[in-house]
Formats: sequence, C-alpha cells, structure tokens
Amino acid sequence: MMSKATKHLFFKEFSSYFKTPLGYVFLVIFLFGIGYLTFEPGRGSFFYMREASMASFFRYIPWMFLFLIPAVSMRLWSEERKSGTIELLLTMPVTVKEAVIAKFLASWAFLGVALAGTLPMIITVIYLGNPDLGVIVLGYIASFLMAGALLAVGGFFSALTKNQVISFILTVCTSFLLIMAGSPPILEFISAFSPRYFVDLFEALSVLNHFEAIERGVFSLSNLWFFGVMITCWLYGNIILVNENKAN
Amino acid sequence: MLEVNSISKKFDNFQAVKNVSFKAKQGEVLGFLGPNGAGKSTTMKMITGFLDSSGGDARICGHSISLEPLEAQRNLGYVPENAPLYEEMYVREFLEFVAKMREVKNEKIEERINQVIRMCSLEAVEFQKLETLSKGYKRRVSLAQALIHDPKVLILDEPTDGLDPNQKHDVRALIKKLARDKCILISTHILEEVEEVCDRCIIIGEGEKLFEGSPEELKSKSNKGRIQDVFRAITTGQKLQGVTL
Repeated sequence: MMSKATKHLFFKEFSSYFKTPLGYVFLVIFLFGIGYLTFEPGRGSFFYMREASMASFFRYIPWMFLFLIPAVSMRLWSEERKSGTIELLLTMPVTVKEAVIAKFLASWAFLGVALAGTLPMIITVIYLGNPDLGVIVLGYIASFLMAGALLAVGGFFSALTKNQVISFILTVCTSFLLIMAGSPPILEFISAFSPRYFVDLFEALSVLNHFEAIERGVFSLSNLWFFGVMITCWLYGNIILVNENKAN
Repeated sequence: MLEVNSISKKFDNFQAVKNVSFKAKQGEVLGFLGPNGAGKSTTMKMITGFLDSSGGDARICGHSISLEPLEAQRNLGYVPENAPLYEEMYVREFLEFVAKMREVKNEKIEERINQVIRMCSLEAVEFQKLETLSKGYKRRVSLAQALIHDPKVLILDEPTDGLDPNQKHDVRALIKKLARDKCILISTHILEEVEEVCDRCIIIGEGEKLFEGSPEELKSKSNKGRIQDVFRAITTGQKLQGVTL
C-alpha cells in the first residue's frame, strides 16, 4: 500500500517527464527506433519471417532499452543532488525508502507509456494474420519487467554520482553485463578462470535468458522471482546510497 | 518549541559541529551567526533531519528528530541555503505539490496557496515557471513553500543572501511579522540583520558555540557599539581595541 507522500511524489515525478523535452525525445526515439528495427528489411525482420508474430519486435527490445533506459534513470537522483532539491525533498515528512520507491515507480510507469505507444504494432499483426495473443501479452510483460530491472540498476547509479553522464555510462555498462551474462562468449571467458558453480551463477543472472523465457511463452514463477529480486536488491542499494551520499 | 541538546557532527576525521546546545521558544527569532564554514548549515541540516547527527539530538515541538523524524518534520518549515526549487514546475503547481507532501488537507490547499502567495508577494509570478524567476522571487517562493503548512518552527538558512536592499527589507519585514506566533531560527552573516530582526543570537566558530545572548549584549561589548568588531573578536580570537569580551 502506497503512502500518501509516495503517491504525491509519484505523480509529480511522472508528470515531470512530460514537462521537459527529455520525455518526448525519449518517446520519439524509442518508438521510431523500435519501429524501424522491427520492420527494417534485413534478415529476421518482420516481413522476412512471414509469420504473424511480434518476435522481431521483442528481439530488439533489450537493445533499445540498453541505451534508452539509462537516459531516463540518470537524472533520478543525480539532478536532485546537483540542484540541492534533495534537501527540500528529504526534509518533508517522507522517508528515503518512500522517495526511492516513488521515483522508481514513476520512471517505470513512464516506460509503461512508452511500451503502450507500440500497441499499433499489435493491431498491424492482428490485421495481417492470426497471432498468438497470449505470447504477445507475455512478451509485453517480460519487456516491462526487464525495464523495471534496468531502471532499478539506473536508479542505483544515479544515486552514486552527481554527474549524469557518469551515471549513464555506468548504467549502460552494468546493464550490458547483466543482459549478456548468459551469452556463450562471456560464459566461456569466465569458465577459463572460475569454478563451474560460479559460471552457473553468472548464467542465472542473465536478464536476457529470463526475458527470452517469458517472451517465448514460458511464464514460470522463477522468472518472475528473478525480476522481483533484481528490482528489490538494486532499490535497496539505491536507498543506502541516497542515505550515504545525500550530504555530499 | 525548538530544543537542541549537545548536537555534534563528525565527517570522517573532521569534527564539523561540537556539542552545540540552545533553546528557542514561540515568538522568538534566534539568529545563528558565524563565519563561512563554521558549521551553521550543518547544524541546521541536523535540526531538520536531513543529516543524521553523530551525537546529541534536536527536539521540535517535543518530537525528537532522530527518534520521530516524520512527526518533527511535520512541525517545521525549512528554507535551504540557495533556495533550491524544482525549476521545471510552475509557482502554483510547486506550492500545491509541497502542500500535498506536507499533508495540508485537500480543501485547505487552495486557501493556503493564496495566503502564502499574498504573504510573500508572489502575485505577479504565480503562473510563471520557476526557472524563469529572478533570484529574489526564487527566495520568496522558497519561503512560501516553507510556510505552506503553517509550521510552528521555521529554519531559514541565509534567506536574504543575494537579495537587493529592497528585497532584503521585505523579507525581514515578513520574518518579523511571522515571528509573532512562530519560533524562527535564521542563519546569516549579515550583522545588521541580527540587530534588525533577532531577539537573541548565537555565534559559532569551528563548530563550537562561542556566544549566546541578545544583540544588545553583543553590541555592548564594543565601546563604539560596533557589532562587527565584537563578531571578529569572538570568531577569530584576536584582541581588538575597544572590545571587551
């Protein structure tokens, strides 16, 4: 249950995306980018596959998120600290935990709006054929959960530094590592000097593996659990960092 | 109403504030003086709950800031140094946001916003974006947000810094008006301000309380009545001609 302070801060943060050009620039680049990648006339594109599914759309979502989510999350705490408004915010009757959750949920809801902007693609697919709507819905759930996990990573790095560029770069690097953790080249590299259980652990941390499992239509509790734990842990780190760094 | 007991703050090996204690009651304006880096802002940040203290405590209307921070914060209004604001918001929208966060009842929000806009003379800019306002107006908006929930204790960190003489006069007049039913702690290094608005003042240097008394007492320590000489003698430890500490 959200406290009143969390709710008010959530609405203020959510509406702030539409008061600065950042929100609109993000939406335009995201919708144009994902539209182009889905329908571009290369291998594996929508038309090449000749099937009524959104597989090509979901294939590119992680890579769009890799660069665009850090752009949304980089300002979450860096800007508050740089402009000094953090002092204003945290002397109101609101706890750091509530503030972190409100800001995270607002950015997640904004990502939800961005994903909702791609709904015409579903209409296109339905118009052209007879797609499995269950798989499409699961694909969207997986995309939304992955967006939450990467936003939580971004919020953490945003609380680490006042500099938005550094926050952006650190989030991109960490997100890339988390997305690629299960890929064969990285696992091979790690297995060269690590024991087997460490390689398994690393593979289990792969955001992409869990995303693809849901996107393919396998919705298991372990995948949901993975994203839940991921978001909770990074948000917990975020709360600690805001407490530690607020005065600097 | 405001009670600070042996509050201290240590950053790694640096002791920024050392066992500072004082009290202030309703209707009193307490001036907080000291050179730059003396620990004024750090003390204020601890009183408001923004910073955790390394020792000691502050009580606002009987509520401990370390044990019941939210209850204590409900009773205080705070104008941080340099008056930071959410620049992308409009004046009224910003005040509405603060009113909601400060738990002003929905049916009272409009009325309170109109009151603080009148009190802080913001009528000319109430529909403007904060980023377009002049420094003077930004200070006044910051003061307005601190007053929106009609708090009993006001903490003002250099509220007149960077204002022109007319604006300083207006802000001081407002502080005097507010002082009737509130307890106000105001930090400044403008000594004329102390004489004009404060009932009592505290001087701190290198984190320690060096003086507590009325502006008249401070003035009487100089045979020429020069408050700045007394301030210099207290904060630097130098012996100045005509000043008896």
